[in-house]
Amino acid sequence: MNIEKAVLSVITTNKSKIDGGAPIFLCETKEEMDNVAANLEAILDGISHALSDELYIIVKH
Amino acid sequence: MNEYTYPILFGVIVGTIARFVMLKTDYRQYPTYLHGKVIHIALGFIAAGLGSVAVPAIMEKEFTAVTFLTIAASQFREVRNMERNTLSELDSFELVPRGKTYIEGIAVAFEGRNYLVIFTSLISTLCYLVWNVWVAIIATIICYLIIRKFMSGSTLKDIVDIEQSDIHFDGAGLYVDTIYIMNIGLPARQKEILKYGMGFIITPKNADVRTTIANLGQRQAILHDVSVSMGVFRDSGTPALVPLIKRDLDDGRIGVFILPQDPDVERAKRVIGAVPVLENAIRMPSESKARKKESPSK
Repeated sequence: MNIEKAVLSVITTNKSKIDGGAPIFLCETKEEMDNVAANLEAILDGISHALSDELYIIVKH
Repeated sequence: MNEYTYPILFGVIVGTIARFVMLKTDYRQYPTYLHGKVIHIALGFIAAGLGSVAVPAIMEKEFTAVTFLTIAASQFREVRNMERNTLSELDSFELVPRGKTYIEGIAVAFEGRNYLVIFTSLISTLCYLVWNVWVAIIATIICYLIIRKFMSGSTLKDIVDIEQSDIHFDGAGLYVDTIYIMNIGLPARQKEILKYGMGFIITPKNADVRTTIANLGQRQAILHDVSVSMGVFRDSGTPALVPLIKRDLDDGRIGVFILPQDPDVERAKRVIGAVPVLENAIRMPSESKARKKESPSK
């Protein structure tokens, strides 16, 4: 089976919301989160999607 | 030199010219200068030769010679494979890919055009042998007209209405009019998209068209053609900047989101209107017998 989409990493400011699975990046502020997500997007060649204000995921399409 | 030399020569020449007429390089830039063209003119020449030789062969009661045409058929199927393979290989390096349906359409056109060449040569040689050169010339002109007819399929503007529409974000969701396109997380990306993006709503003119423009290949073809003609604000490493088309499930409209480098709305509309309707995407649910029985009044 071919997996076409995958969550490459998770970026969040709220540690209690997440656990395990993909690499997780914890950030202090929203700005830091935007910054980390922008970098990861370019590095991983995935798109950062916002699930909520405090949770981004990088998804490879 | 014998009585068949001139008819065959005539057939080969008009056939090759026919292939040349059908081989025009437009915005798609395919086939490219110059080698791609040489390949197809050479194949057109072979097709023309086969078409013109078939008639004298039958007149000489060499009926087995017709089996040559079957070799031609397999030869040109090979052309289709070749085109498909080349284009598929190249497609992975396009910023906005053509998509398989578009590629298949191009490949089929290449195969079909060789048969049109055979047909032209066959008819013109036949007319030359049965009547004379003048009848053959008239027949050739008629063939060219038929070819022109075959060449030009319909374009999107014949089957849909195209309207510009605003793009906006609702939270992280990008919308064209009321159609959801995708989720963009980063505020920086959102700004870029609002700055460079353009939205269009394509409304089908009838129920048949609804299915046609829902086809993913047809949608990809729209995106590819727009990106070729209008440029695209995108690079490798910025996967978030991707032109997309999504469908409104309620009424079959599609929302086109593009990132052109040229912000000319009218031109974008013209480009979308000029996108060919892919043969493989056309559906005719209204022709279905089962449907007709249900509603005889229609």
